[in-house]
Amino acid sequence: MTASTSQLKRTAVKPRQRHLSSRGLVYLFIWPTLLLLIAMNVFPLFYSLYLGFTDYSAIARQAPEWVGFQNFANILNDKNLWQYFATTGRYALMTVTLQTLVGFGLAMLVHEKFKGSGILTTLILIPMMISPVVVGLFWKLMYNPTFGFFNALLGFSDPSKSPDWLASRFAGQPMPGLALWAVVISDVWMWAPFVMLLVLSGLKAIPDYLYEAAAIDRASSWFQFWRITLPQVAPLLLIAILFRTIEAFKSFDLVMGMTGGGPGVQTELISVDLYRIAFLGQFRTGPASALAYIILIIIIAISNLYIKYLNKSKGEG
Amino acid sequence: MTQFEETGPRTPVVEPTRVDKVHPRAKMGKSIRVTITLIVTFIMIIPVLVMIMTAFKSRADIVTPPPKVFFNPTLEGFLYLFTDRSIQSPSNLEIERAKSEELGYWDKLALSVGQKINGPSDYVGRLKNSVIIAGTSTILSVVLGLFTAYAFSRFKIVGKDDLLFFILSTRMLPGVVVTIPLFLLYKQLGWNDTYIGMIILYTVFNLSFSVWLLMGFLDEIPVEYEEAALVDGYTRMQAFFKIVLPQAVTGIAATTVFCLIFAWNEYAFALMLTSEKARTAPPSIATMLGSGGLEWSAIAAGSLGFLIPVAIVTFVLRDYLLRGVTFGAVRK
Repeated sequence: MTASTSQLKRTAVKPRQRHLSSRGLVYLFIWPTLLLLIAMNVFPLFYSLYLGFTDYSAIARQAPEWVGFQNFANILNDKNLWQYFATTGRYALMTVTLQTLVGFGLAMLVHEKFKGSGILTTLILIPMMISPVVVGLFWKLMYNPTFGFFNALLGFSDPSKSPDWLASRFAGQPMPGLALWAVVISDVWMWAPFVMLLVLSGLKAIPDYLYEAAAIDRASSWFQFWRITLPQVAPLLLIAILFRTIEAFKSFDLVMGMTGGGPGVQTELISVDLYRIAFLGQFRTGPASALAYIILIIIIAISNLYIKYLNKSKGEG
Repeated sequence: MTQFEETGPRTPVVEPTRVDKVHPRAKMGKSIRVTITLIVTFIMIIPVLVMIMTAFKSRADIVTPPPKVFFNPTLEGFLYLFTDRSIQSPSNLEIERAKSEELGYWDKLALSVGQKINGPSDYVGRLKNSVIIAGTSTILSVVLGLFTAYAFSRFKIVGKDDLLFFILSTRMLPGVVVTIPLFLLYKQLGWNDTYIGMIILYTVFNLSFSVWLLMGFLDEIPVEYEEAALVDGYTRMQAFFKIVLPQAVTGIAATTVFCLIFAWNEYAFALMLTSEKARTAPPSIATMLGSGGLEWSAIAAGSLGFLIPVAIVTFVLRDYLLRGVTFGAVRK
């Protein structure tokens, strides 16, 4: 249709040559972007799929050798990797649940305006704008068992009787899981504001008359929350949850800054392990590419879910 | 018939109000809520406060338990962050102290902890790299994104939704998946650890985001303005530059700042694709751990440097924050 109108215009204005037809303009505007994305994203994607079927190492001087499904088979048979996947899953579940609860609570608190609520909201939002690796590093200092603030604020004064979060020890005794909780706490601190932001926008969109009607009917605030607030915010809350789940599976910076996967492999998330396989030691590029693909498939599955809900909520709004 | 007396409020009600909101119980509920909000906000920003405090503590103050809230502020952290120092022998220190009158503030500070400044630290160079790489890539991705977003917003394009989803999907990839082949590609091109490699990478990294965000802003500008301009004999380009651009300024500014923050905070790509020449600040803060003991005050000072711009930006952009963190997908 655009082509035909531009055709019409061209004949109408025939003496003065138009600089660019709309069609030409569209191509000029779109293709640089698409080409860049193809060169830097699509090409690498196919290249790494190919590498996933080879035994290539980026620092070896050998050409990649085709090994078929060997890498994928190795990964699926590797108990350690399954454990890292499980850790990542647990981490995702813990962070997303807590972020949703905390974020929702925060949103409910600051939703109705009062003097200074704007500045408080802004203050709460700061954590998610800081570089994740800086957050990770900084929380490492907070968690320090002797001079960190975290234990002091929790009321532990004697270092020998308090938790050493990042070493997963409590009062000198090993306490597995503590380090993962430490990472989860900082991640929740950083990203609960994100959930809050989305829920807030959902809360703002709820028409006032629903609450007015409920007030006239003398519905309790509990009832109002379950029957009005929650269903109305649900689409945005789902977006937040799915967004955070995807991010949790990609999580790398914060953990690297804080524990680097330790102690032992207690906080070894799958992306951290992928980095280790691909860029440390022997640079096992082939197996790393295969693992990357498996992670990608998981994330695509989650993204599809996300897009589905996004479209649904857009359709409603 | 005077039985219909006027019973309404004496003064006219000028603003809408709800009975259930002016009831004493509701008012008490509100003050409770405000108090809780204050407490919760305080708890949320404790780490930020600790960061600010730590940046101004001396090394001794940081590592002595229990953690101190009151202390003598010092700029030691910034000294450790920005300078390369060497520890001096006592005899050398005496000599240096003798001429301390003519030394500058930072030299004196170094002297007070028994050290001598040799020159700026690696971090200074890395900050410079961060500024160059983040700055250039942001400009590129916003300019490219603006044109693409305009085309998507105004023209009928075959397979528009699919193309837009493709653009969005590039950001769903875990960084590491793309990094391995890019690392190899860059090795062929000689782009590993170079400005150009990092600038192009960050441009693409931000491009999908900038297209989506700008498209949201452009969609809100009524198309009638341009149509009027076209009728008046403007070309498309003229209409774009003279009509659309001025109206999109706020959106462009918000997008620019978001892209800048993403590029500025990026860690994973920088860690994997740079080593010396083009290394940016975030991985550099992280390695401050490895070299010569844990310099917490330096880390805190570096973190504070990251925090301040971000806090200002958060305040300025608070209305756009929602769009910014959701790719422009959520606009309200």
